[in-house]
Amino acid sequence: MTTTLQPPAAPAASAPDGPPARTPRRVGFGSKLSAWDLKLSPYLYISPFFILFLVTGLFPILYTGVISFMDWDQIRGSGTFVGFDQYAYVLSQPAFWDALRNTFSIFVLSTVPQLLFAVFIAAMLDQNIRAKTLWRMGVLVPYVMAPVAVALIFSNMFGDQYGIVNTLLGRIGLPGVGWHSDTFASHIAIATMVNFRWTGYNTLILLAAMQAVPREYYEAATVDGAGKVRQFFSITLPSLKPTLIFVIITSTIGGLQIFDEPRMFDQGGTGGSNNQWLTISLYLYKLGWGEWNFGRAAALAWILFLIILVIGALNLFISRSLVRDEGTRDGLTRAQRRAAARATKQRVAAESTGKGARS
Amino acid sequence: MSVIDTSPVTAAADPTPSRRRPRAVRGSRPGWFVYASLGVVLLAAIVPYYWALLIGSGDSSTIRNTELSWIPGGNFFTNAAAVLNNPAVNFWTGLWNSIFSSALIAASVVFFSTLAGWAFAKLRFRGGPWLLLFVVATMAVPTQLGVVPLYILFSEIGWTGQIGAVIVPALTSAFGVFWMTQYLRQAVPDELIEAARVDGASSFRTFLTVGVPAARPAAAMLGLFTFVTAWNNFFWPFIVLDRQNPTLPVALSLLQSNYFVDYSVVLAGVLLSTVPLLLLFVFAGKQLVSGIMQGAVKG
Repeated sequence: MTTTLQPPAAPAASAPDGPPARTPRRVGFGSKLSAWDLKLSPYLYISPFFILFLVTGLFPILYTGVISFMDWDQIRGSGTFVGFDQYAYVLSQPAFWDALRNTFSIFVLSTVPQLLFAVFIAAMLDQNIRAKTLWRMGVLVPYVMAPVAVALIFSNMFGDQYGIVNTLLGRIGLPGVGWHSDTFASHIAIATMVNFRWTGYNTLILLAAMQAVPREYYEAATVDGAGKVRQFFSITLPSLKPTLIFVIITSTIGGLQIFDEPRMFDQGGTGGSNNQWLTISLYLYKLGWGEWNFGRAAALAWILFLIILVIGALNLFISRSLVRDEGTRDGLTRAQRRAAARATKQRVAAESTGKGARS
Repeated sequence: MSVIDTSPVTAAADPTPSRRRPRAVRGSRPGWFVYASLGVVLLAAIVPYYWALLIGSGDSSTIRNTELSWIPGGNFFTNAAAVLNNPAVNFWTGLWNSIFSSALIAASVVFFSTLAGWAFAKLRFRGGPWLLLFVVATMAVPTQLGVVPLYILFSEIGWTGQIGAVIVPALTSAFGVFWMTQYLRQAVPDELIEAARVDGASSFRTFLTVGVPAARPAAAMLGLFTFVTAWNNFFWPFIVLDRQNPTLPVALSLLQSNYFVDYSVVLAGVLLSTVPLLLLFVFAGKQLVSGIMQGAVKG
């Protein structure tokens, strides 16, 4: 691919030992090739991504849509068209609504405390502490543990009978909680796993945003007599808004797809005897690879996608109205960035006409 | 020391008295509260690991013992051996598959992302900005949306149960392309490319001599990040692989089944499976930390 493009454009490099068959036959052939090289190579560079995305991304997405309208036959490897029947089936199942409720419940229980903790820990790390890198690394330790491993450890700690959590509750005279029988309790247990793994990660993102706040603000505030707490609420928190929204959006997308933790929460992996912790992804797996009904699984996949789209749009809408007048990350306002882009464009245009005149 | 000391004890303990001067402003050292909070956080991060060690080093009765012991037992290696040698778990196959697939995925993602990022950041071509927008948009598409046809596709060509089915869909990443684009945009001055072009370098040669060296720090972080993500990935490998040829998380999931009611063995296996990544983290954690923080600012 690249060899055909290379040698003629670099005559100096290819002169001594270049392949003799490739010597330019006509004057100007080399520059023609080099023009192609410049024109074509960007597309070549980005093509691996797009080709692979076409095969493993776009085609499956569209084909999921096709399958969702079918009663898919595993053995024949084809389906018969049934219209919206699969969607109607999925939406009529109580399990789907359980899964929807559980997904949102676990998502809220994991996002809200996680962000509160992350902001707090980031504020601690933002101080002028000793051994900064060590603390930062320490915060990230849970992140390198696989979700499956986290789930196995925590489902043991949250054991109904012998779990450490219930044992400790018993020590202080409280009754044990049915972590694997009660719906809400199971959500708390699963959300704890998510929080354990992701709080440190979000902490570092928020810490980065905190460090981008100009230190002069704090100095000025100190001179004005504002304390640490006041500075945090009046300076730090407002500057975090864009990053907070970014973190909320990413954890929403992740949270709606939660699978690993609920799947590993008990030995059955089916989401509890009464669907206490069945999530949408887990239900999708159950439909597709438990009941081997690909049509229904595909319909559920599309429903999940639509939910994510709606929430994403909602997020974007809310964040836009919130962040409108905040400074952007690169320190430029939108107008400034546009002006810069226009200047570049003009420069490019001037350059290309210059080139055209030359050739 | 010109300042009158009200607490001579702490002053004596402080080895660098010169640091005292800027204490009025933000550069000052924080008090005990900060360290105490961070200590609690660190403890919370480590407790689950330690708990796995406690149970994993005991025997099957440890879990039922209501008298809490905070000292590990002596059975860890027995339990670990029970996992390692169990033919139903295929731990070694899983370990090899995880190393192999994660390394290959990381290498491929880094290469293709650098290439595409270079094109998006530094080359001008028709439709470029739109294509980049498309790449970014694909990041919001959930994995679940593609799994059914992907599974059908791979079972048609007989790849279900093969590690290739895990590797191929992950060979490129939209996040990676976006990440490298953002980085290269500011890391390479346009003049450098123009200079290379004036010298007669071909497009690909320019990429190799100008782009690749500049991309190295971001590429290292992307590689590390991709490796960790690939290593911990579960949903798709769990669907497409079987117990004969698992990755490590899939092998772990087999521990949580009715065959293994002995939690000591299960948690010994869990701990064992986290060792490789913990080792990686010890050596490269600093890069991972700065990578996450850098990605956040550029995001």
